[in-house]
Amino acid sequence: MNIHPNYFYSKNDEWVSVEGNKATIGISDYAQDSLSDIVFVEISVSVGDSLAAEDNIGTIESVKAASDIYTPVAGTVSEINNKVVDSPELLNRDPFGEAWLIKLSSDTGFDTSHLMDADAYRKYCEDRG
Amino acid sequence: MDATEKTIFELSATGRKGFRFPSPDVPSSDLPESLQRKDLPLPELSEVDVVRHYTRLSRLNYSLDNGMYPLGSCTMKYNPKICEKAARISAFANLHPLQPIESVQGAVLILYEMQIILQEISGFPACSLTPAAGAQGEFGGVKMIAASLRDRGETQRKIMLIPDSAHGTNPASSVMSGFECLAVRTDERGNIDLNDLTSKCNERLAGIMITNPNTLGLFDENIVEVIRIVHQAGGLVYGDGANMNALLGIVKPAELGFDVMHFNLHKTFATPHGGGGPGAGAICCTEQLKAYLPGPIADILEEATEEVPPLYGYRMPEKSIGMLRSFWGHFGIIVRAYCYCMMLGAEGLRRVAEYATLNANYLMEALKQDYPLPYDRTCMHEFVLDVKWPDAPGIRALDVAKRLMDYKFHPPTNYFPLIIHEALMIEPTETESKETLDDFIKAMKTIAREARENPELLHQAPTETPFGRMDEVKAARDLKIAE
Amino acid sequence: MFIPHTDADRESMLAAIGKKDLNELFDVVPEKYRFPKLNLQPGLTEPEVTFLLDEISSANLSLDHTACFTGAGAYHHYIPAAIDNLISRGDFYTAYTPYQPEISQGTLQAVYEYQSLMARLTGMEAANASHYDGATACAEAGVLAYHQYHGKRKKILVSAGLHPHYLLTLKTYLQDFDGMQIECPKATSLDEISPEKLEEKIDMDTALVLVQYPDFFGQIQDFSELAKAVHEKGALLCVCINPIALGLLKTPGEMGADIVVGEGQPLGIPLSYGGPYLGIFTTRKELIRKVSGRIVGETVDNRGQRAYVLTLTAREQHIRREKATSNICSNQSLNALTAAIYLSLLGRDGLRAVAKLCYDKAHYAAKEISKIHGYRILNQRPFFHEFVVSCPQPPSDINQHLLDHGMIGGYDLSEEYPMLGNAMLIAVTEMINKEDIDDLCEMLKEGEHHGRH
Repeated sequence: MNIHPNYFYSKNDEWVSVEGNKATIGISDYAQDSLSDIVFVEISVSVGDSLAAEDNIGTIESVKAASDIYTPVAGTVSEINNKVVDSPELLNRDPFGEAWLIKLSSDTGFDTSHLMDADAYRKYCEDRG
Repeated sequence: MDATEKTIFELSATGRKGFRFPSPDVPSSDLPESLQRKDLPLPELSEVDVVRHYTRLSRLNYSLDNGMYPLGSCTMKYNPKICEKAARISAFANLHPLQPIESVQGAVLILYEMQIILQEISGFPACSLTPAAGAQGEFGGVKMIAASLRDRGETQRKIMLIPDSAHGTNPASSVMSGFECLAVRTDERGNIDLNDLTSKCNERLAGIMITNPNTLGLFDENIVEVIRIVHQAGGLVYGDGANMNALLGIVKPAELGFDVMHFNLHKTFATPHGGGGPGAGAICCTEQLKAYLPGPIADILEEATEEVPPLYGYRMPEKSIGMLRSFWGHFGIIVRAYCYCMMLGAEGLRRVAEYATLNANYLMEALKQDYPLPYDRTCMHEFVLDVKWPDAPGIRALDVAKRLMDYKFHPPTNYFPLIIHEALMIEPTETESKETLDDFIKAMKTIAREARENPELLHQAPTETPFGRMDEVKAARDLKIAE
Repeated sequence: MFIPHTDADRESMLAAIGKKDLNELFDVVPEKYRFPKLNLQPGLTEPEVTFLLDEISSANLSLDHTACFTGAGAYHHYIPAAIDNLISRGDFYTAYTPYQPEISQGTLQAVYEYQSLMARLTGMEAANASHYDGATACAEAGVLAYHQYHGKRKKILVSAGLHPHYLLTLKTYLQDFDGMQIECPKATSLDEISPEKLEEKIDMDTALVLVQYPDFFGQIQDFSELAKAVHEKGALLCVCINPIALGLLKTPGEMGADIVVGEGQPLGIPLSYGGPYLGIFTTRKELIRKVSGRIVGETVDNRGQRAYVLTLTAREQHIRREKATSNICSNQSLNALTAAIYLSLLGRDGLRAVAKLCYDKAHYAAKEISKIHGYRILNQRPFFHEFVVSCPQPPSDINQHLLDHGMIGGYDLSEEYPMLGNAMLIAVTEMINKEDIDDLCEMLKEGEHHGRH
């Protein structure tokens, strides 16, 4: 199971990568593996929306399950990845790279203190089995 | 050999005529052109085409008339043919729901009598037959709880407790009535965990939805205590009666303390599943809740005298949650259930529960040697196995299910309840003979052996059926749901 | 009765599980409540129950030899003989839900074909495997609209032309759910039931506008302008249809509807005193993931054969549980099969023919009735096969007179719709002959004379 070393992780298996005042959000390899073949992605927020941490940003559906996705951090939506909406299978192939979901911007930076780092997340996943 | 059957659109040929109507016996009237549709893209087939097409399709189906469906929670018992005949009696099938009440007394009588029968079986004093299905029965029952709490001024009670073994319709129905769902743990004996339950009973408790016996097929050893705890905290108790087949004549749920309960006529009362419906539901409840029942409800409007029979009709309960669907209910299904109950009588109903439970325990005893049994105590009408073999780790419940089809059995329910990861929920019902059960046991034991000796047989299964495993990902991704 | 076990079977099975008798199986039930007496009649044999049911049914007046002029959401149509013949096949009616597609292709393909037929009939792109009836289909449209706007739009605007049972059912489902309000502007006449009246009330809080076509009173109206007004405010338009009418009429799809629902009973399903019926539900393709209920999709199996499966199941209650958009579990599978067979038998020409027969006979009846002194047709707009008649006496009296002469009159509107006066709703289908209509007119004239005494 892959875990990107520099990202932060939520208990709901979302990751966030921070670069200055921009953050990128996606779901982890553990998440895409649990869902198995992903058939549909719905992003329910739009560019310009102001989000609080843990706001719902969409749904990911596979053949056997459907999962709500929440943003781990607060910010304003600056970009939506239409490629992954058009080709949901990207999430199974490259969850940390090409299959990012949304980008946020924030002048005051992002609060990741309540999130897990890569090591903590690895342990979290191992404990779950 | 390809088992595919063409679609009616592929079979269609321009100019082919099927059914013909008589010529009009009145003058033609004009319809304004702006309101006319331009084309009507329906297929054109002859009657022979249609009959052959659907006959061939029917042959691709497994069905109860074909063999056993050991589907836990579904109660796939034999559908008596006399019940089919009953529903087709012209003076039942060819009645308009809005005919003058005097011209349908026989129909309302059946609705009224069926209400009485269900009340007697369940121990409740009131019943509504308007739900179109079990899920509607649930929705209605939960709404009744919501309405009752609102009338009591207790709208802060928003939590509905739901055992972690529950059917998905339970939380879905609760949410649709405005409740928040909170899970209650099942303990190692398969009972509701009393400590967990007690910790979750407070002034925000609206109630609990209980299936008893539960989806593990187990009668809760503390059921009376569970209900008492919830009542004491001010909550109401909803009963999911999907598993009533185990309780007919064995216990009356109302006496255990339930407040409101739904029943599935297409499970316990033998009406056919029709490939997925139509079914029918019923809601029974206590004196305190009966004003909230969905309506209209069949009743005697004028008592019988020496000369005339009673006048049957309808009334809407004073604080009814409303109508769940149009007209009076699934009358066509209720006629079948009524016919079934009249044939069984009190003794026959009790035999159903006795033999359903005997059959389930017989299978459980035979199969627990080969399949892990998470809860090893006398079950009711169904039981759950967990397909977890340390010496065949690659085999999952799905594989066993698929391989059973090669042995000409419909698989049991799998992956439910969620608390057992590789669950096979088995409910034979009382209408299966010892011979059929022995064949099933033999097949299951063979599959357990194949899992170790030749697992590919399971992974590739089914191979003896007209169609093999489906590409479900393709179905969802390349969504094509209409031709 | 249907339990095959012999005494020997029972004994050997009890021995195998280590129980001495059947009662021991129920030791877990508290003794206080165990084995209650059921106060029910003893069981009957097949001949006895046949006799009983004959007796009971003799108290009913079937439509076999009785002309019926009542519609109001359920219609007496001819059911081709091939239908019952096919749906009586045990492979269809005793089959379970097709969760194991490898052995359920009969049901799955039939439902796929049903979905396709409904989409084509209504002029829409997607259909589900059916809801319980027209009323619950309307309710599910309301539920869809609620989820479409994430609960932020609270208003459902309903035409006064919607079947009263459907409005009641919609209210049971959604009134006061998370603040939802169902608004139905009152009408004091048939004329007031118009799209323009609804347009005035649409605002940015409206999730769904629901109209019926033809409406409860038989009126046909074009909703194209209404659709534009609804979309301008970002809401959804749902049209509730009669499927026979769509054999002739412009489709709601053409008008711009987002959702089309309706009662499928007229498509070969017996009247059966009110149920089970068939809830038609079709939508534009963008809405398909918000649609509740079962959906069958096309795919291939691992042998390369085209096949069908239940799809998009992740939306449903058994997976999403409390996050499911609806709790619905079953569909009306056997009735959907019936509708598909009906439309396959009739085909394009057949459906057009039956629709035209209904239309022509209804218009003949309306013309003849309007000639009778004291009777007036209230419909000003075009109607399909139902119309409202204003009568010189209470409809209940007229219907009593008709019933005494072996005929079922129209639906009495006077209690539920007092603003229409002594009005009744008359439906005419292809099952009514010219003689029946002429007889009806004779009796109305007769009755009118009686009423004057």
